[in-house]
Amino acid sequence: MTGQPFPVEAGHIMMFARAIGDENPAYQGASALAPPTFTMASAHYDPDSHLRPKPDEEWFGSGRDAGVMAEGGGGLHAEQHFEYHRPVRAGETLHAHHSTGRSWEKQGRTGRLLFTERITEYRDADGAPVVSAVTVAVVPEGPATPKDAR
Amino acid sequence: MSLSPDDIKVGETRGRVLVDDLKRTRIVQYAGASGDFNPLHTDERFAVEAAGYPGVFAHGMLTMGMTGRVLTDWVGPEALLRYGVRFKAQVWPGDTLTATVTVESIEDTPAGPVAHFTVRTVNQNGAEVVTGTAAARLEP
Repeated sequence: MTGQPFPVEAGHIMMFARAIGDENPAYQGASALAPPTFTMASAHYDPDSHLRPKPDEEWFGSGRDAGVMAEGGGGLHAEQHFEYHRPVRAGETLHAHHSTGRSWEKQGRTGRLLFTERITEYRDADGAPVVSAVTVAVVPEGPATPKDAR
Repeated sequence: MSLSPDDIKVGETRGRVLVDDLKRTRIVQYAGASGDFNPLHTDERFAVEAAGYPGVFAHGMLTMGMTGRVLTDWVGPEALLRYGVRFKAQVWPGDTLTATVTVESIEDTPAGPVAHFTVRTVNQNGAEVVTGTAAARLEP
């Protein structure tokens, strides 16, 4: 099975369910179901995630200084879509397949806004689709400030 | 676990307050659980001085995650077929969020009945922060 392995663990589901404030008993215990947005947490298993500090790598947040907004760092999450082929349960390993979807632009208040889709297909050990996720990010083109990226 | 079509009607709504006075620590908690450690959400100095925002703001996915509860509390944790949202405005510490889910239609499909919902989460000023749609399988 190719793709990035994403082991779905009961303790991780517990922490995620707590974080979204959902105490549904279905999300508790060794065979917990995963909440609908849980697959986003596969970021923990993405070796290339730029949104997690890593040892011996520069991190763009504050320390001695205020930090540096990364190139294209004015990007914001514009939309998120999930399609569920079956429920996700603790104890299984999903495999995340990333691809780039459509891109388009729109005129914003102070300049053009660039939208891009990132598609993640989560498949099970047999290669069957489990969750299809589409993230739409928006980045203002040119010297616009992050506040314009709505 | 899922709902029967007899238990749900077009036009019916469910809603709840998702959070009253959102604390920064809740945002940190979501960062840790989700793996999205973007300092825009957790690092006030970075958000203000480096990024030019008034302060940190919540991950859109925290609001989407909290909103999803209104759906799963209604249709059950295994019935969702689709759930998608647009992030309309930022959610700031101190915000109070209220979500409303409305049944728009009930469709007979070859795989059984499916309920279609609209989803709307607003802040304490009534401004939309998340809008979207969802679909859930009902009992055949």
